[in-house]
Amino acid sequence: MAPARVNAEKDAEDELELKVEKYSRGKGADLKALRDKKLKGQLAVKEKLYGQSAKVAAKAEKWLMPSEEGFLEPDNLEKTYRFPQESIVKEVDLLSSRKPFDMILPVLGPYTIEYTSNGRYMLVGGRKGHLAMMDMLNMDLIKEFQVRETVRDVAFLHNEQMYAVAQKKYPYIYNQHGAEIHCLKEHGKALKLQFLTKQFLLASINSFGQLHYQDVSTGEMIANYRTGLGRTDVMRANPYNAVIGLGHAAGKVTMWKPTSVKPLVTMLCHHGPVTALAFDRGGHLMATAGVDRKIKIWDLRKYEVVKSYAARAQSLDFSQKGLLACSNGSQVEIYRDFGGHDYRLYMKHRMMKGYQVGKVLFRPYEDILGIGHSMGLSSILAPGSGEPNFDTFIDNPMETTKQKREKEIHALLDKLPPDTIMLNPNLIATVRAPKKKEKKTKKEIEEEMEEAIEAAKNTEHKKKTKGRSKPSKRAKKKEEGVFRAKRPFLEQSKEVVGRPDKKQRIGEEVELPKALQRFAKKPQS
Amino acid sequence: MRVKVISRSTEEFTRDRSQDLQKVFRNYDPGLRSQEKAVEYTRALNAAKLEKIFAKPFIGAMDGHIDAVSCMAKNPNHLKAIFSGSMDGDIRLWDIAARKTVCQFPGHQGAVRGLTTSTDGDLLVSCGVDCTVRLWKVPMLKMVDTSDHTGDTSQPSAVYTWKHAFWGADHQWDGNLFATVGAQVDIWDPNRSEPVNSFEWGKDTVLSVRFDPGDCNILITSASDRSLTLYDLRMSSPARKLIMKTRCNSVCWNPREPMNFTAANEDTNCYSFDARRLDEAKIVHKGHVSAVMDIDYSPTGREFVTGSYDRTVRIFSYLGDHSREIYHTKRMQRVFCVKYTYDGTYLVSGSDDTNLRLWKSKASEQLGVLLPRERKKQEYLDAVKERYKHLPEVKRIVRHRHLPKPIYKAANLRRTMIEAENRKEERRRKHSAPGSIAVQPFRKRRIIKEVE
Repeated sequence: MAPARVNAEKDAEDELELKVEKYSRGKGADLKALRDKKLKGQLAVKEKLYGQSAKVAAKAEKWLMPSEEGFLEPDNLEKTYRFPQESIVKEVDLLSSRKPFDMILPVLGPYTIEYTSNGRYMLVGGRKGHLAMMDMLNMDLIKEFQVRETVRDVAFLHNEQMYAVAQKKYPYIYNQHGAEIHCLKEHGKALKLQFLTKQFLLASINSFGQLHYQDVSTGEMIANYRTGLGRTDVMRANPYNAVIGLGHAAGKVTMWKPTSVKPLVTMLCHHGPVTALAFDRGGHLMATAGVDRKIKIWDLRKYEVVKSYAARAQSLDFSQKGLLACSNGSQVEIYRDFGGHDYRLYMKHRMMKGYQVGKVLFRPYEDILGIGHSMGLSSILAPGSGEPNFDTFIDNPMETTKQKREKEIHALLDKLPPDTIMLNPNLIATVRAPKKKEKKTKKEIEEEMEEAIEAAKNTEHKKKTKGRSKPSKRAKKKEEGVFRAKRPFLEQSKEVVGRPDKKQRIGEEVELPKALQRFAKKPQS
Repeated sequence: MRVKVISRSTEEFTRDRSQDLQKVFRNYDPGLRSQEKAVEYTRALNAAKLEKIFAKPFIGAMDGHIDAVSCMAKNPNHLKAIFSGSMDGDIRLWDIAARKTVCQFPGHQGAVRGLTTSTDGDLLVSCGVDCTVRLWKVPMLKMVDTSDHTGDTSQPSAVYTWKHAFWGADHQWDGNLFATVGAQVDIWDPNRSEPVNSFEWGKDTVLSVRFDPGDCNILITSASDRSLTLYDLRMSSPARKLIMKTRCNSVCWNPREPMNFTAANEDTNCYSFDARRLDEAKIVHKGHVSAVMDIDYSPTGREFVTGSYDRTVRIFSYLGDHSREIYHTKRMQRVFCVKYTYDGTYLVSGSDDTNLRLWKSKASEQLGVLLPRERKKQEYLDAVKERYKHLPEVKRIVRHRHLPKPIYKAANLRRTMIEAENRKEERRRKHSAPGSIAVQPFRKRRIIKEVE
């Protein structure tokens, strides 16, 4: 009895330790390297507090979380990707079995979809002008209307009360009742829209390859950059750091922030156009798909391919728990990480023949994958995709009106300035590492030159016959050696100065007419 | 096949009845919160800005005196009572909450220079330039303020006339003796008409006196011969003396570290000393641009307030070399006396313009009882502000204080003078034999010698 109990206790401790690691947000400060006693003491106190809070959070996770993650487990020889959707639906509880649906809307498709960040509301945009917003919790249609022109993309703003729609000529903002609030003419003919929640920025890429950032709380146009890489409709925001990723026709993926004209990163990902792009919630994984029939998963810390498949994809999406959905023709595949970035096929779903899937999107906080296709919308169960436990103060699917208002105000108070978008968001409030050693100073160069000259002078030449060791020859040889040793240093020092002498020489040589001579710069004495 | 999907019933995640509290679920996963540092930094910045917006330290002025306020005394028995003495011999008891005079104590023929109360709060001692020490019985302050208080007058319970004019007084923290200073230091028993003990060291006038809160027998005085002198009542002669380059107008012991005291000096600085080591100051508190007239420690011992001839009141941290807060108004003139109230939340300053002014010790603090949620929020904001205080934007906002133009200019001038002096010193050192001019830290520079 006793050893078993000891073992169980030990297991529990190990488990807790793993969880604590998750909450401790990286390693603590290295106190031993510090020499400042006061700072050391302060940091030690702080580290202790961090450790305590991580422990408390880990314990809370163990005991206080109401829901558990979904899963799909095969019995001995079965493969999870062989299970059809019908059999999965049969197995789950009644409430969940009502969630998957197929909506056939053949006239105004193909359809694109979008979820709010709490996963409760879905926005649907039909290519031919059909817009609809649905409450997915109660399966209610909130508003449906037609704009009677091309709809290219839809995007929710900070909550379901407003959304942006990229239409034929401009993007528009509508409220939940379908009333047009704004027409964003400056964006032009936008192809894709992305909303950066924390910054309240609406980003769009238009048909000229221009990237626009507009602050939707103040209406100010923050940035407008030419990508210079042609027309593209592949755009995704990285949820980890709010950097916008664009996939281009030449196989490049570029990453942008609103405060720099040039892309932060340019990667050559595919031979041929990039068709889809997705970022993981943790921010370190990116999936790209290209016309070259490849899906690649990248590690964004090293900018290296982690995994590459031979498959096509029109649309990619990572779920909250790291499942990767890709659509190809009428087929939807879901990949899962089986440990160490080993993404393998997890689920497969085939739509009716002839349906072209345009967009796949996981619903946050639910095990559901939404599919927008040429003949309407569908949603299927994808066990293990969503985060089972929501935080009321971050995303609450059961939000009341009052809570929504409160959250909106808090979001506006905590609105981040656009310059907080950077590749590594943890760099804020850290110390910049010292730069590498700068160029050598003139004095150092001179010293080195003198040493080299000395070395050249002291070299002993071999004794040679046939008059080649005459004193005059030897002296000449020595002189040549010294000259050769000197030359690289002379060039170096010239580089340091930056060739000012050339300009001076020109100024001296050019002779101005007498009337203009008094305007010429006088040589500095 | 085993399948489970997330399934939440609405009943389970929402409240049952509308009277219930909303159900709250927490998930502390860092993955759900992106850009945490940016959010915290923004909050810190906003908190710093809000602190500036809410910084309204001035509560009100208390007028009534017809001449400059020269001294004040707190009443340990009543939080909201304060005594003030003026240059025309008027003594008043104020109700801080109502900001009204409760009682007057007429009798002094000249300026009142010293006011102090006994530890039990029943006895008020006043002394002045008319060479009298007067003892007063302190009237009971009613909890409910009624307007008919004003105009009450009180008769002194005793009047003792002595040989010289008085400059200050202080009562023992524990015991019933009190000390007055003037031409000499006198120790009085309230029941005797003559001092029980007198000390003299040098012929110059003694300006202020303070008893040590830790040891009731030790007191410190500052005198116009630029000295700070420590006395022990158990000995027949003064214990130690420190002579500085300029005189100290006032001294105050740190009530929580009773071996330390801070002296308000004429040269615009305050000097914190350890009474056991007088050869160098522990910290020099800089900031004022004119002589510091009075100093008082907060009951927590972490802060002290100073009033200065430059028309400002400043709050210093007991370890800080520069002021945390600068208070000034358009109408406030030379400040002669300042006091922290016994709860550490308010300051009272008395100035040349005959008014007492009431200030908050934390300029942006919300007064009144805070809800637990409000308090927690405030604590959170303080914590993030503390965490990001080194970032340039936050630092700039937190540090900035608006100053009246004359003070701003005077501060600039002072800085220029000090820099010039340092430069000169450095040059002199450079052009003399190495080691012949010793580098003296500022903590020692203003001290001439210590006499035992």
